[in-house]
Amino acid sequence: MDARLPSTRPRPTLAVWKFASCDGCQLSLLDCEDELLAVAGALDIAYFAEASSTLRPGPYDLSLVEGSITTAQDAERIRAVRAASKYLITIGACATAGGIQALRNFADVNDYIAAVYATPAYISTLATSTPIAAHVKVDFALHGCPINKTQLLEVISALLAGRKPDIPNESVCVACKRRGTPCVMVAHGTPCLGPVTRAGCGAICPAYQRGCYGCYGPAEAANTAALAAAWIALGADRTSLHRAFRSFNAAAEPFRKESDAHGDENHPG
Amino acid sequence: MATKTIRVDTLTRVEGEGALELDIADGAVAGVRLAIFEPPRFFEALLRGRAGAEAPDITARICGICPVAYQMSAVHAIEHAWGITLDARLRALRRLLYCGEWIESHTLHIVMLHAPDFLGFPDAISMAAAHGEVVRRGLALKKAGNALLRLLGGREIHPVNVRVGGFYRVPTRAELAPLATVMAEARLDAIALTRFVAGFPFPDFARDYEFVAMRHPTEYPMNEGRVVSSRGLDIAVAEYETAFAERHVAHSTALQSGLRGGGSYLVGPLARFNLNYDRLDASVQALAAEFGVAPGCTNPFRSIIVRALEVVYACEEAERLIADYDPPPAPAVAVVPRAGTGTACTEAPRGILYHRYDLNAEGSILAARIVPPTSQNQSTIEDDLRIIATRDLALPENVLRDHCEQAIRNHDPCISCSTHFLRLTVRRQ
Repeated sequence: MDARLPSTRPRPTLAVWKFASCDGCQLSLLDCEDELLAVAGALDIAYFAEASSTLRPGPYDLSLVEGSITTAQDAERIRAVRAASKYLITIGACATAGGIQALRNFADVNDYIAAVYATPAYISTLATSTPIAAHVKVDFALHGCPINKTQLLEVISALLAGRKPDIPNESVCVACKRRGTPCVMVAHGTPCLGPVTRAGCGAICPAYQRGCYGCYGPAEAANTAALAAAWIALGADRTSLHRAFRSFNAAAEPFRKESDAHGDENHPG
Repeated sequence: MATKTIRVDTLTRVEGEGALELDIADGAVAGVRLAIFEPPRFFEALLRGRAGAEAPDITARICGICPVAYQMSAVHAIEHAWGITLDARLRALRRLLYCGEWIESHTLHIVMLHAPDFLGFPDAISMAAAHGEVVRRGLALKKAGNALLRLLGGREIHPVNVRVGGFYRVPTRAELAPLATVMAEARLDAIALTRFVAGFPFPDFARDYEFVAMRHPTEYPMNEGRVVSSRGLDIAVAEYETAFAERHVAHSTALQSGLRGGGSYLVGPLARFNLNYDRLDASVQALAAEFGVAPGCTNPFRSIIVRALEVVYACEEAERLIADYDPPPAPAVAVVPRAGTGTACTEAPRGILYHRYDLNAEGSILAARIVPPTSQNQSTIEDDLRIIATRDLALPENVLRDHCEQAIRNHDPCISCSTHFLRLTVRRQ
C-alpha cells in the first residue's frame, strides 16, 4: 500500500464498527504490525473506537463492519452506519453469517437467557443473531472466523485503487493442494470440512494435522451431502456431523441445511 | 433536584462496548455505574450439548484479544474432568503459547490503548508522530508475540492447534529455534518499553485492594496453581465457586463477580506481581526496582509498568522454553471422555479466567460456567472511579471524563469478554 498519496487529494475516510462479536476481526487491522502506519497514512481513520479516542461523524468512504445483529437497537444502528457509508464491507463470520451466537436461532432464546442470567428481565435481546446483509446492502463480504489480515489489506487496497478485490473463490481443498499439504481425509482418515469450506485462511488446519472445521463458511456450490457421506464412510456419527456444520457459520444456508439433515445433538437423527 | 448531565457516548481504546454513569448530588458522587451493554452472546447456554472437545475452539470466540486464555482454561477444565495429565514437555509448550499471548495482548494495551492517555494523544497513530521509535518498537514487540502464536497455534487470532490432551501438531526443534532470536530481540524492546512507560507522570493514588491471583509452587503463574489473595485466601481451583459469586446487576449485561462474603477484588498484572514477585526472575526483579515498582504496589496507574515488566518476563520465559525444548513423543496424550465436573483457572493477560464444565459419560457438556477477568474487576473499577470522580469533581468535565477513562484503562478491561461500550453520564445538581 502506498502511504504517499498525493497530498492534494483528500484521503478516504475509514470507519470501523462493532456489533455482536469478539473484537478479533477488527483486531486483525491492529495485527498488521508492518503495515499499520502505512494504512493510517493512506486512509483517514475517522472512527475506530477500539484504537482511538477521536471519533468523527460521517459520512465515511469505507466502513468495515464486524459483528452480527442481535438487538433491536443494533438493527437501527446498522441502518445509520449504512446511510453514512459510501462502501460497507462486512468482516468475519459474525457479520457475514451471524457467528457462533447464531446457535440461538435453533433454540429458545428465553431458555438461553435463563441459563446465563439470574434476572432475565434485565436482558433485552432478539431471538436471532443475523448477518448484516439481512438488514442493509453490503458492498463486499470478507469471510472467516477470524478474517485473514492479508485479505483485509487486499480489500482495502483494492477499494483505494478502485478495482475489484482479488479474493479467490475456491475451497480449502484447493488451498491445501497449493500448499502441498497431504489430504488428511485420504492419508489419515481424519474428517475434514475442507472440500465444502471457503478458502482464505491459508489451509491452516490440515497443515496442523487436523481436519478443517469450516470457520470460513461454505464455499460456492459446496456439495455438503457428498462430504457428509464421506464422513460417515470414515466412521463419523451423525451427531458429530450435526455439530461440525452447526458452528461458527451455522446460519449460513448450506451449512444450516446440512446440519438439519443430521438431527439435533440431543436427539440425533 | 436540578441536575446537569455530561454524556460521553463511547468509551474508546477498550475492547468491547459500555458506558459509565456518575450520579452527582449535593456536590458529591452519589453513584457510579460501569454499564456494559455489549449484546449478550450466551456462550454458557450454547455450549450445552456440544462435545467437551469443542470447548477450546468455541470459547476462544468469546474474545479475539485473548483467545489462548479461553483455550487454556477450557482444555485444563476438561482434562480435569476426564482425569488427564499432560507430560512436562506438552505442558511447557502450552506455557510458551501463553507467553505469546501475554506479549501480544499486553503490548497492544500498553502501546496502542493506554500510553496515549499518559501523553495526551487520542491514539497510538498520532503518538507515532512524536514517539515514532516507541510505536515502531512496540509494534515489533507485538509482532514477536504473534510469531509465537502463529507457529504454535497456526494463527494469531483463534489459534487452531490447541486440543484437549495437548496439541494437533508440535513444532520441530528447527521450526522453533529461530524464535529464540526473535525473543531475545523482543526482550530488549520490552525493556526499552518498560523504561519508557516508567517515565510517565503517575497520579498519586493508592487503594487497599484485595488482590487475587494464581500461585504456583515454583513458577510465575499461567496455567496452574492455587487461587490466593492478599488477605489470606488460599484455595484449590475446584473451590472457586465457594469463595466467589457472580451477581447480575440491572445496568450491565455482564455478570459481576465478588467475594461471597461481599467485597470487590482485583485480578490482573498488579495482583499477579504483588502475590508472585518471588517467582519472577532476578533480572525482572532488578528491572522492577530500577523502574520504581516494588511488591505491594497499590497504585493502579502504575500497572502499566507492571504489565511491561510481565512482557519482559514472558520474553525471557519464552527464550528459556525454546532453549530447553524437547519435542514430545506425541502431540497429545490419549483422551477418554467420562462423566464428571472439571474446573480450571488460568492467568489471562487481564487476570484469572475460571471455567467449569459438567460433562456426561459421552463427553457432552451439560452445563458450563465461565468467569472472565473483567467481570471480576468490574466492581473494583467502579470503586476506583468513585474515588477519582470525588477527587476531580471540581475539574472541567472533559478533564474529569479523561481521568475516568484512563482509570478504567488501568485495568485493561476486555469488555468483549464480559460480553460489552461505555456511556459517561454525569448528573450534577
